[in-house]
Amino acid sequence: MLKTLLIGIKDLRLAFRDRAALILMLAAPFVLTLGLGLVTGRFSGNANSGLSNIPVVIVNLDKQQLGNALADVFNSAELADLMEPTASSDPEAARRLIDEDKAAAAVIIPAGFTQSIMPQQSGFTSNAMPEAVKIEVYANPSRPTSAGVIKAIVDEFISRVEEGRVSGMTAIMQLMFSGRITQDQAEAAGTAMSKRLQTSAPESTLAITMKSSTASGEAIKFDALAFIAPGMALMFLMYTVSYGGRSILAERTQGTLPRLLVSPTSSMQILGGKIFGIFLTGAAQMLILIGASSLFFQLKWGDPLGVVVLVLAAVFGATGWGMIITAIARTPGQVANVGMSIIFPCLASRPCLLTNASKGLCAAS
Amino acid sequence: MAVRNIIGVVPQDLALYEELTARENLIFWGQMYNLSGKSLNRRVDEVLEQIGLTDKAKNRVKTYSGGMKRRVNIGVGLLHKPRLLFMDEPTVGIDPQSRRAILDTVKDLNKQGMTLLYTTHYMEEAQELSNRVGIIDHGEMIALGTQKELTQQVGQAETLILHVGENDDSEALANALKGIAGVQQAEAVDHEVSIVCAEAEDVLAAVVTKANERGIKIRSIDIREPNLEAVFLHLTGRALRD
Repeated sequence: MLKTLLIGIKDLRLAFRDRAALILMLAAPFVLTLGLGLVTGRFSGNANSGLSNIPVVIVNLDKQQLGNALADVFNSAELADLMEPTASSDPEAARRLIDEDKAAAAVIIPAGFTQSIMPQQSGFTSNAMPEAVKIEVYANPSRPTSAGVIKAIVDEFISRVEEGRVSGMTAIMQLMFSGRITQDQAEAAGTAMSKRLQTSAPESTLAITMKSSTASGEAIKFDALAFIAPGMALMFLMYTVSYGGRSILAERTQGTLPRLLVSPTSSMQILGGKIFGIFLTGAAQMLILIGASSLFFQLKWGDPLGVVVLVLAAVFGATGWGMIITAIARTPGQVANVGMSIIFPCLASRPCLLTNASKGLCAAS
Repeated sequence: MAVRNIIGVVPQDLALYEELTARENLIFWGQMYNLSGKSLNRRVDEVLEQIGLTDKAKNRVKTYSGGMKRRVNIGVGLLHKPRLLFMDEPTVGIDPQSRRAILDTVKDLNKQGMTLLYTTHYMEEAQELSNRVGIIDHGEMIALGTQKELTQQVGQAETLILHVGENDDSEALANALKGIAGVQQAEAVDHEVSIVCAEAEDVLAAVVTKANERGIKIRSIDIREPNLEAVFLHLTGRALRD
C-alpha cells in the first residue's frame, strides 16, 4: 500500500514538472476560460451576466394563442435583461437583419402554428392529424452562443406545449379506445383540453427563465463563465488522464518499469501506484483550476465539500477512461492519438457533451 | 521477493526519471527497496558520495552529462547494498573520465565483498575487472574460466616484437631466430621482427644475443601477452555479426 502511494506521488511530481503537460493541464483551460469569458463579456464590467440584451427578431405570423405566447415569452419581464426582442411582420426583412449581423437570431412563427398544435374536433373523429407547422429559428453564425440561447428558449417552449398536447391526447384516446368514454365525450374533452392549453400555455412558458435562486432565496444571475469553466476543466481532465495512461507505457520504454519489476515491488503495487498517480494528478488539476477560477474570476462553484466529492467522482471516472485508452494503445504516442481521436469526434458530434457535463457539475455543486 | 531484495540491477539503458533530481531518484528507488526514514537518507548520501555527485544531487537528471547519468544509474543499483549486482554494459557511450570512475567503483565494490556480474563488449574491461570470464556467443556460453584458463584453453602464445634500425636486415635476423629453442615462428615485416613463442621471457636473452652477433641494433622490444580479445576472436571468429 505504501509503495502504491509512493509511486502515485512520484507520478504527480513528474506530471507537475513536465512543462508541456502543465501547459495543457492548467494553462490551456485557464486561458481558454479567460478568453471565452472575454468573448461573452464576463470581464467587460457587467459582473452580473456574461450574456445580456441579446437582440432577437420575432416574426409572429400566427397571431393566435401559441404564437402570441411564444412572443410573450421573449417579451417577458423574466427575460428582460437577457433578451432584446424586436417585432417584425416580414420574415425576409428579419432574415436580412440577421445576415447584416444586427441580431443574433430571428424567430419566425408561421401562420397556422397554433392550429397545427391544438387538437381539433376532427382530430378525434378521423385518423388524419394536422400537418405540423415548424417554427424557424434563423440563427446568426457569428453569434453562436446568443443564437444557442434563443434556440434553447424556443425548444423549451415547444417541448412544454408538446408535453401538454401529447399527454392530453394520449389520455383521451386511451379512454376512448378502452370504451370508458364515448366519441362525443372524447371530442368534448379534446375541446376542453384545447381551451385549457390555450389559456395555460403562456403561464407554463413563464417557467423559461435564465434566473435562479439559492435555497435562501438569494437571486443568482446567469454567469457564462460558470457554464464554460467546468466544461473546460472536464475537457482538459481528459487530456490529463490520457497523459497519466501514457506514463505507464513511457515507463516501459524508458526502462523504469522493468527496473521496478526487479525490485521487491509487486505488479499489483506498481499498477495500483500508476492508477493512483493518474487519479491524483487529475484531482490536483481540477482542484487547482477550480481554486484559480474562484480566486481570479470570482466564480462560485458551490459548497466546497460537494465540489470536492464531485471532482473526486469525476476524476475517478476519467481515470477509467485513461486506463481504457492505455489498454488499447501500444506506445506512449498512441495514447495521445487514440485519446484525442475518440474525445474530439465525441465533442464535435455532441457539442452538448461538455455543456451537459458543465450543467451536471454546476447542478451537483 | 527474497531474491529481489539481495540482488541489484544496473541496466544497459538508463532507467531513471529525468525530471527528478539525482537525490529524488535515489530516494524513490530506495523506497522501492524498502528503505525509509533516516537510514534511507544516510544511504542516499553515501551513494551520492560514492558516485561523486554530492554537489550536483539537487539538479535534475536531464541536465546531467551521459557519464553522470550512468553514475546515477549505477547508484540506484547500489542503494540497498545488494549481495549480487548485475551490470549490463555500464560504460557504453561515455567519456573516459566517467568510464574510469565506473571501473574504479566496480573494483571497490568487489573489494568490499560484493559479487558483480558484469556484461561488456570491451575486452580490456573484462580483463581489468574479472576473476572469471564467460564468453557468450549467439546466446550460448562457449567458454568460462579465469583469464589464464581461457588463454591456455585456446592455446594462445606470446608474441615478442623487435623494432630494428632502418638499415638493418630484419629478414636475415628473422631467419636466424627460427633456430632458437622455444621460438615457434619468426617473420620480418618492414623494420619489425615478430617472434611467436610460448613464454617470451624464456627466449628474450637468446634473441637479443642473436641480434648483437649480427650487429643489428634493437631500438625497442614489445611483449604481447595473449589477451581476451584474441581469445574472443579465436572462439567466435572474425566474421561480422548482425
